[in-house]
Amino acid sequence: MEEGVISQILQGPLRELFDSAQLLTDVSGSGNNWATGHMTYGSVYRELIVDKLRKAAELCDCLQCFFLIHSLGGGTGSGLGTRVLGLLEEEFPGVSRIVTSMYPSAEDDVITSPYNSVLAMRELTEHAHCVLPVENQSLMDIVQKIQMVAHGAKPELMVRRNATLSSGQGGVHEVEKPFDAMNNIVANLLLNMTSSARFEGCLNVDLNEIAMNLVPFPRLHYLVPSLAPLYTLADVNAVPRRLDQMFSDAFSKDYQLIHANPKQSMYLACALMVRGNVHVSDLRRNIERLRPSLSFVSWNQEGWKTGLCSVPPVGHSHSLLALANNTCVKLNFMELKERFSKLYRKKAHLHHFLHVEGMDLGCFTEATSSLDSLIEEYDSLDATKDQATPDPLRLRIAT
Amino acid sequence: MSVVTVQLGQCGNQVGQELFDVLCSDALAGHRKTYSTASCERFFHLTSQGDLEARAVLIDMEPKAINSSMTKALKGGRWRYGEASHFSQKQGSGNNWANGFCVHGPRHKDAVEELVRREVERCDRLAGLMTMMSVAGGTGSGVGTYITQCLRDIYPASFILNHLTWPYGTGEVILQNYNSVLTLAHLYQLSDAIVVHENDTVHGICSRLLNIKAIAFTDINRVIAHQLGGVLQPALTPDSNGVYSLNPLGELVSALCCHPEYKLLSVSTIPQMPSSSVPYSSFSWTGLLKHLRQMLISNTKMEEGIDWHVRPPPASGRIRSVAGSSFNTSLANLLILRGKDVYCAETGNFEEATIYTPWLSPAEAFSAWKSPIPFNKYEKSATLVSNSQALLGPLEDIVRKAWNMFASRAYIHQYDTFGISEDNFLDSFTALEQVVSSYRELKS
Repeated sequence: MEEGVISQILQGPLRELFDSAQLLTDVSGSGNNWATGHMTYGSVYRELIVDKLRKAAELCDCLQCFFLIHSLGGGTGSGLGTRVLGLLEEEFPGVSRIVTSMYPSAEDDVITSPYNSVLAMRELTEHAHCVLPVENQSLMDIVQKIQMVAHGAKPELMVRRNATLSSGQGGVHEVEKPFDAMNNIVANLLLNMTSSARFEGCLNVDLNEIAMNLVPFPRLHYLVPSLAPLYTLADVNAVPRRLDQMFSDAFSKDYQLIHANPKQSMYLACALMVRGNVHVSDLRRNIERLRPSLSFVSWNQEGWKTGLCSVPPVGHSHSLLALANNTCVKLNFMELKERFSKLYRKKAHLHHFLHVEGMDLGCFTEATSSLDSLIEEYDSLDATKDQATPDPLRLRIAT
Repeated sequence: MSVVTVQLGQCGNQVGQELFDVLCSDALAGHRKTYSTASCERFFHLTSQGDLEARAVLIDMEPKAINSSMTKALKGGRWRYGEASHFSQKQGSGNNWANGFCVHGPRHKDAVEELVRREVERCDRLAGLMTMMSVAGGTGSGVGTYITQCLRDIYPASFILNHLTWPYGTGEVILQNYNSVLTLAHLYQLSDAIVVHENDTVHGICSRLLNIKAIAFTDINRVIAHQLGGVLQPALTPDSNGVYSLNPLGELVSALCCHPEYKLLSVSTIPQMPSSSVPYSSFSWTGLLKHLRQMLISNTKMEEGIDWHVRPPPASGRIRSVAGSSFNTSLANLLILRGKDVYCAETGNFEEATIYTPWLSPAEAFSAWKSPIPFNKYEKSATLVSNSQALLGPLEDIVRKAWNMFASRAYIHQYDTFGISEDNFLDSFTALEQVVSSYRELKS
């Protein structure tokens, strides 16, 4: 809803890729206000957006899914983005909606980000088929780790956490814009997820299979992504790691794209999408090796979805994307709820939202209760962790 | 005397391509004119230019696996698939049986039936239809079951053999147990015989017998193709009057599936060894058959780690309780022997009443087919197709895991969206519990 970012893209090297008729900008932005994005701009641009979506959909022989990419902390991505999600459900009900959402970190510089995020989450829980949450802080940590490895820096020289991320760390020679490296990682996530749909392999995984296998209950569709090996655009000459190390890494908390440690919580399901020269025996061996240290829900003890794509990412011999439907996300949601409550208790900044037409306190209470019940659903599944549940009685046949 | 094969889904298409490869190279090897003619007639159509075209139809809901199989066949240069003998869409079945069975199947029924009809019409005489698919995914399992239903309606007098690949127990697809339960329950009503290969077993053969270090799906598929080839290639049967059988599927079904409750067939082939060792090994029929029999009764799926302590219960009194719980009772067995001196092979140890269930005499329960032609470069090879309790364990595992998941109603909403409700699931579970119970009862 403002012109700066899109103008930059249109001047950049990829400008030929985007159809100018499919761009929509306004002037003043959403002021980091979910309500402005969702209600105000949502109504103003509804027809135009639906029209552009239709045009794009008509160019497809077979429309399989929509990717929605946005952040939750601001106004446009969060507010208008979730409005678009609702429109996609109305206009294209049979088509999958896969959402990549940037969750705000604790030290986010947008003050109203907890409000925006909680309000958006309700929409995501109701209308998305699956959500891949990503946190800026995790991406920052990952980028730092990559740069440390690439420049052989010693751990003591690691830049302090709350330093602003700019391209000035330890004499980086490329002129990288801020966030470029972080965004690159999210791009790699999406590349790996779609690799089986784009290239051949001996065990293909289409996009609709991902949501189908990883979402046992409609609302529990938040999948923790982790990538191994970690690399950004600048890093194509990374030293190839051992194959098994790649699998171990994907399950380590440092490789997750949100702040979470899935190994300590319970898995409802897990997908492993492998690219490159990896055989089914390697996959089998690693699953067997890692399985004992992971806790799966009792009714999905072998809850693995695996995919093998023969084409590796550029400059690497193999890579692994793990998508985990794990109860550890409830901790992230609880933190978010905490930050939200801190503001909401004091009614801080609330008037900016309530001034918007169509917005009232009811929206807030609905959003919080949606988040609460989501956390509760994860909680009740967690409660069964480590419990020895006896097998339910099977049907008996008269002999 | 021709078999038309329908390959469904990624697994079906990949395994099918390897199967035709084995059949073709075996058929064209050496100077064995009658065998070669019989085999080619059975599986291939000779075009006017003298090319061999597989009597097969390739079906998938997305194009990549079919393209890959057709290209591989062309590259080999000895046979190919018919240019127009395939059907694919752009979007897969999402690993959802309901999507395959209730949506894609009916939607594309006409196109698929037309392709099969064209293949069938090119046959002078149809021996039967064979479908090849996996049970774990969405297309092979769902569309495959639907198409089997259609074929049963259109060709009521033809034999239908379903070849199924069961996935690894430790998971390839999370919904695999649901998809397997739905497939097996429905197929049981439609199929004449269900031949099963399990990825776990075949993986073991690759790693322990063939010494393959980095096992890829191609290796797995080649073993399956070798074993299936050993079953399907021409052989002289008791009914065929000294020539290669004209009714292989019919004879297989009548040899093994005499009772509608018992249709699950397992396959074991010996010897299996790295291809580099084959020219240097020689075997005796006595040795091979002794091992194969012990593999059967101890339920060992490969020629390694055979438990020689397992013995059939004593004939007197038929007190089954004496038999160890590891003893595998058979309903019926079919032994197919191929190679040198095959007429000297003594199969007496497969004809003992103690290894069979009491209500079928050994004469009815046991059949042997022979072919003097060595198969797939092995001087002597023996294939056992068995209707026994061998698949009871794996089947129970599938049902148990599926039931556990069903008890929590996990993923049920995904099936409901496409038209399979909880009641449909319950029906399928009931049907399979009946099958499990029947096979368990074989002991008494």
